[in-house]
Amino acid sequence: MKLSIQVNEGPYQHQASDSAYFFTKAALEAGHEIFRVFFYHDGVNNGTRYTTPPQDDRNVVNRWSELSEAHDLDLVICVAAAQRRGIVDEGEQERNGKDGNNIAPGFRISGLGQLIEAGIQSDRLVVFGD
Amino acid sequence: MSDVKKFLYVNRRAPYGTIYAWETLEVVLIGAAFDQDVTLVFVDDGVFQLTKGHDTAGIGMKNFSPTYAALGDYDVNKIYVEKESLEARGLTIDDLQHLVWEDEDEDWAEKDSIKVVTASELAEIMSQQDIVLSF
Repeated sequence: MKLSIQVNEGPYQHQASDSAYFFTKAALEAGHEIFRVFFYHDGVNNGTRYTTPPQDDRNVVNRWSELSEAHDLDLVICVAAAQRRGIVDEGEQERNGKDGNNIAPGFRISGLGQLIEAGIQSDRLVVFGD
Repeated sequence: MSDVKKFLYVNRRAPYGTIYAWETLEVVLIGAAFDQDVTLVFVDDGVFQLTKGHDTAGIGMKNFSPTYAALGDYDVNKIYVEKESLEARGLTIDDLQHLVWEDEDEDWAEKDSIKVVTASELAEIMSQQDIVLSF
């Protein structure tokens, strides 16, 4: 089955991203295709490489990056939500005159149309949120 | 992008206090450009999103409630409000904005967009959808 995933909450504050990660990983291991993972609302905070959790805790951000690397996962952060919350890639850095960027490997920033397209293209869209 | 899917947006939160309502409206407006079959549902505190007379001056936040009136222009005209949620909050449809759309098949006749439905009717509406986005 072709699936897309939506993550609406940030890491650590809420379990939504953990649940989405385990669901995505299990779906891939079961042979399903993940068309896209879309991060919205505070979910965009899952895509900053500056996250530094205590060493005895999981690294929610790195986990997504590693899953993306292993399975060529399309991790998309909503641009409007990202701009509000300070998630920046090189393009956004240049466009908005910021002094740096913080996007984690495997993530990209794009528009809300990517969420609608994911709904259209996938057999199921699974939403993880509060 | 050949086939049309039925998209349902479930609005569950109060308009202010969190950003869910405002950012959900942004999804609906962007999604409208994709020519899909769109339905909106308002339940729980989400019914407050549609109430008349929002005044956000005291909380320093943008009053985005006038944007709902534009939904008809985006062909978003199936808006369901749960009866039980209204009643639990002492509200009636008269407390909500009068949202309308123009039906081009009937010489642009103005029609109401909002329908008040029961929870069980809502369950039926939800079961008919391809995509349910819950916010």
